[in-house]
Amino acid sequence: MNIFETIGRSTLRTGAAIWDVMALFFKTLYWLFFAPFKGKFIGRRYIFEQMVFAGLQSVLIVFFVTFFIGIVLAMQGAYQLDKLGAVRFVASLISVSITREIGPVLIALVVAGRVGAAIAAELGTMKVTEQIEALDTMALNPIRFLVVPRFLALLLMLPALTVIGDVVGMFGGFVVGVFNLKISPNLYISTNFQFLVMKDVMTGLFKSFVFAMIIAMIACYHGLNTSGGAEGVGRSTTLSVVSSFILIILADAILTGIFYFSSV
Amino acid sequence: MAEEKEVVIKIENLVKEFGGRRVLDGINLEIYKGESFVIMGGSGCGKSTILRHIIGGLRPDSGKVYLFGEDISTAGDDKMDGFKKRFGMLFQSSALFDSLTVEENISLPLREHTKLDEHIIKIMVKMKLELVGLHGFGHLYPSQLSGGMKKRVGLARAIALDPEIIFYDEPSAGLDPVVTAVIDKLIVDLSEKLSITSVIVTHDMNSVFRIADRIAMLHKGKVLEIGTKEEIQNSKNEYVKQFITGSPDGPIGFFKPDENYLQELTK
Repeated sequence: MNIFETIGRSTLRTGAAIWDVMALFFKTLYWLFFAPFKGKFIGRRYIFEQMVFAGLQSVLIVFFVTFFIGIVLAMQGAYQLDKLGAVRFVASLISVSITREIGPVLIALVVAGRVGAAIAAELGTMKVTEQIEALDTMALNPIRFLVVPRFLALLLMLPALTVIGDVVGMFGGFVVGVFNLKISPNLYISTNFQFLVMKDVMTGLFKSFVFAMIIAMIACYHGLNTSGGAEGVGRSTTLSVVSSFILIILADAILTGIFYFSSV
Repeated sequence: MAEEKEVVIKIENLVKEFGGRRVLDGINLEIYKGESFVIMGGSGCGKSTILRHIIGGLRPDSGKVYLFGEDISTAGDDKMDGFKKRFGMLFQSSALFDSLTVEENISLPLREHTKLDEHIIKIMVKMKLELVGLHGFGHLYPSQLSGGMKKRVGLARAIALDPEIIFYDEPSAGLDPVVTAVIDKLIVDLSEKLSITSVIVTHDMNSVFRIADRIAMLHKGKVLEIGTKEEIQNSKNEYVKQFITGSPDGPIGFFKPDENYLQELTK
């Protein structure tokens, strides 16, 4: 196979995959927004279960990751700001960068690894053991029963986790600022909020909305398209995590660009 | 006798290809109400593919599939859902939902498709479990059951909505002879007690002759012979004879022809 053939083939395959993910996305929106008017509701119990799994059980890991990132940012920021004699502004550096950028992206990556992988593995196993087909023959639509609750749960819980992560990250910075850099707590807190505006928080939350859709759709797509037994489930899980990581970073670059250039 | 009966499933000239390979090559079948119809044939002869066409999982490349007298090869999703509520299916791997208990597995279709009270659903689940001889196992998860018990729970789930037809995909796969006999007896009981039409896909000859009213023998995507149990047992067709006796020698080739063998080896 020559190089053009390889490139052409993988382009076609990627194109088909994008098309399929979009189709899944629109079907999900249909079951979420239009089907309820036809009396086909989404079971509250399923959504609740997924919210507990995606949200509540992710709190601890989000707490750890953002807390330490806050600490690292504070030390790194202090090291550089010290040269300008502006160590105090470590607080604003952390609050703005965490709410706008680092919080949403990092938490999305953590959730893609924890929740996205679990979704892909679960749906993949259901696919290879005929459970998806069984749902379908019982006239229970797999998208309605499996995809929509996971989609909705991530859509609600990822921004919620981001809010928690933002606060915890700032607290991590606060710990370093007060105990290591000897900034007074009151001064630290006031500097923390000095340059932080509502728009920073909102753009961060908007990003995490988009990331949630990416994680849910990619994980469900790979899960539902699993074939080839246990090995196939492993492949789907890996693919799901890798492709959502790439897409999260890519979407972040695009969204940051849009926010940056629209505010200049 | 058969001619007077009502036809519930009719397949006309069904053709299906996967990646250029013709898996089904002009299948014609009629299945009557209340009978137990076995589709038998070797691995990869297309018997499961036929089943997937009848339950709406696959669409034919050409030809027609009629279920309850209506053409389902062009039916929309909503219409197909209506049909799906009228039949049940027992999967080869049972396909129980791992995350739900036995009771929840069986009650799922009842809960989603009927407006019955919770306590009536509970009673119905108990009745279905009783029917498959698993009274008192409702609180267990599928991972805590043996293969034969899973099959029976799968069967209880398939009959949850009191279907008119039940499809069985390799009901004896992976089970020991005694459990196979138990499952076979259940299949016969269900079709007699509830007068359900049964369509069974299998290659287990012991099961076939225990269950079947009529049998279709499939080979390489074509129906070789259709007939009652006795007709098939006394068949003159060499293929059918070889399949029934399970002999390695006969027209059903397992080895490739010799002519190109040397060529292929040295290629």
